[in-house]
Amino acid sequence: MAYLDHAATTPMFPEAIAAMTELLAMPGNPSSLHASGRVARRHVEEAREVVARVLGCRPAEVVFTSGGTEANNIALKGIAWSEREQNPAKRRIVVSSVEHHAVLDPTHWLQDSNEFDVTWVPVDHFGRVTPQALREALGDDPSDVALVSVMMANNEVGTTNDIAALTAVTREFGIRFHTDAVQAPAWLDVNFAELGVCAMTVSAHKVGGPHGVGALIVSRDCKITPLVHGGGQERDIRSGTLDAPAIVAFAAALDVVSERRTTEVARIRALRDSLVEQVFAVAPDAIFNGDPEGRLANNAHFTFPGCLGDSLLMLLDAQGVECSVGSACSAGVPQPSHVLLAMGETADHARSTLRFSLGYSSGASDVDELITALPVALERGRRAGMPRGAA
Amino acid sequence: MRVLAALSGGVDSAVAAARAAEAGHDVTAVHLALSRNPQSHRTGARGCCTIEDSNDAFRAADMIGAPFYVWDMSAEFQEKVIEDFISEYSVGRTPNPCLRCNESIKFEAVLNRAIALGFDAVVTGHYAQIVHGNHGAELHRAVDPTKDQSYVLGVMTAEQIARSMFPLGNSTKVEVRAEAERRGILVAQKPDSHDICFIPDGDTAGWLARQIETTPGDVIDAETGNKVGTHKGAQAFTVGQRRGLALGNPTGDGERRYVVDVDVKANTVMIGPPTLLDVNVIEAVNPRWGGPLPVNGQDIEVQVRAHGESLPAVVELTNDGVIITLRDQLRGVASGQAAVMYEGTRVIGSATISRSRRSVTA
Repeated sequence: MAYLDHAATTPMFPEAIAAMTELLAMPGNPSSLHASGRVARRHVEEAREVVARVLGCRPAEVVFTSGGTEANNIALKGIAWSEREQNPAKRRIVVSSVEHHAVLDPTHWLQDSNEFDVTWVPVDHFGRVTPQALREALGDDPSDVALVSVMMANNEVGTTNDIAALTAVTREFGIRFHTDAVQAPAWLDVNFAELGVCAMTVSAHKVGGPHGVGALIVSRDCKITPLVHGGGQERDIRSGTLDAPAIVAFAAALDVVSERRTTEVARIRALRDSLVEQVFAVAPDAIFNGDPEGRLANNAHFTFPGCLGDSLLMLLDAQGVECSVGSACSAGVPQPSHVLLAMGETADHARSTLRFSLGYSSGASDVDELITALPVALERGRRAGMPRGAA
Repeated sequence: MRVLAALSGGVDSAVAAARAAEAGHDVTAVHLALSRNPQSHRTGARGCCTIEDSNDAFRAADMIGAPFYVWDMSAEFQEKVIEDFISEYSVGRTPNPCLRCNESIKFEAVLNRAIALGFDAVVTGHYAQIVHGNHGAELHRAVDPTKDQSYVLGVMTAEQIARSMFPLGNSTKVEVRAEAERRGILVAQKPDSHDICFIPDGDTAGWLARQIETTPGDVIDAETGNKVGTHKGAQAFTVGQRRGLALGNPTGDGERRYVVDVDVKANTVMIGPPTLLDVNVIEAVNPRWGGPLPVNGQDIEVQVRAHGESLPAVVELTNDGVIITLRDQLRGVASGQAAVMYEGTRVIGSATISRSRRSVTA
């Protein structure tokens, strides 16, 4: 079996499993005042320090959440609400058009409930937001902008954004900036302090930690109106009993990542480049999407013209090769990728994509299996053609 | 064989797929997404099309051990089934959307895609039998007459029949439900679906009224030519219909009145006593044959509605279809429905009824 879907989720590191299982057997609510509570609290705070060290922020800036989606919701709604509370003129949010649904959907919600106007920032043909595009989206008078949100690395095509260059644009107007960095920490040296953002989303299960835990890194001067009330455990921004075992495992995973990243990025980039070369050898008409250079080291994203992405996924799955069409599903039906559409691709191309994403556990045999399975999948996928779907 | 099982989320398709797997076939399961905006939960007696149904199908595939995918057929379904349904009604005919779905979606779009992707056949939970007889793969009635669905499968061509599997054709519904329980399929007691899947509340007339622009018109007594009432739009009426005429107290003789003709162009609905509905000649077009064509004058049996009887008749081939002469009079034949022709239990073919009349000699 070849697992080539590490961008969806990547297996937990043994170190993270060990840390988590050790704590699962222990009593203690980190909010309790007795000895067991203090032990649990100590584990959480040590984890917070590890997360802060790896992500280049202060421990007090780490707000643990149930994952990336919650962190993005807190950032989008909580910062926008808080900014408007301080200045009622701030009624606009500016968001890139290629964000993950965990950012897109709260943005649409804020728009549809008439809370905020939204300006969507276009991307170039690599899927990147340029400082110039952001500057144009802000417009002549950006005084009404409550928040800008641009992702650090695109989950579909893997293109990375220069967040520091983008915050240089917003800084002159004092506009709050959030970045969804869920895909980044395993592959990029993320340093919160140097980015110039006020909030950044990370998720544990994309870096070898468990599902159900993540964090919003929030600078100390950034005010956030909470979405959920009930205890205010995390800086009054996020309520709910802290999941100490998951948090400790998250930190253990980030610790592994920080130790191994330099080596793994070099190894996986070479493996990814080999994958790309071999895919072109069996599919000369394939189109490689995203920036060939400025992209995540583990991401290879293709359009296979004339083949429906979900046909290919099914055919590869039957041969034990697991990948993704890249785009989001609605009730199990892959939708044409909004990322490719925003990059200027046709709807047919946006439905003919596959994403292969590698992880720290990937090896040459995974690529070999893909290259063995791909020709027959492509032949049958072409034969089945392009059913119309929900055109 | 590598087979593709279409799982609706109901009992029948789940048991059919389980039987195919048990028979040694390599089963892959798909749920067909037919609605563009699926509701999240079932309402009424429906067996497909909600997210809950899709989840039921996923769980059934788990129990069978089959990989599961959702195929988006909503654009094809909209065009070939829903729009056909509306356009047929708008010209005064009474279509059968289940038959059209089998003809254009399940055994056309899905089957073709499955074959292209390397599958050998499609498995469904329809109650009908495929018998390998004198004419190759033949489509026959199911053994359970109360569940027999050969009528809505009559549109299948010989090639389509040869690429299909109906593992339930030799069982009764009671047996299938018991087997689902035994296999631990969670939907074993899920109610049968009866309504048209894209009209969840079952109010076809109300649904059509929202799709077709209608204007009020006259209800006319076919015997006297007199206007006896008004209707909201001729398209919503079907020959043979009695309910919904709202004539108050139309007749002195107390005899029931039926719709005997619908003229959409003139926007009139003709009513009359049931004897005016008696016909013995049925003309049908666009035939589809499940094997060799019948010969002129061949004795056959014909069924003209989904749960109708099988009636002895004689068939003649025409340029664009068939003329079927019934041995006995039949009451109320609606244009747009299928005339499915049988030889014993074997389906010969199906054609769309364009006209029915009483022969002069009858």
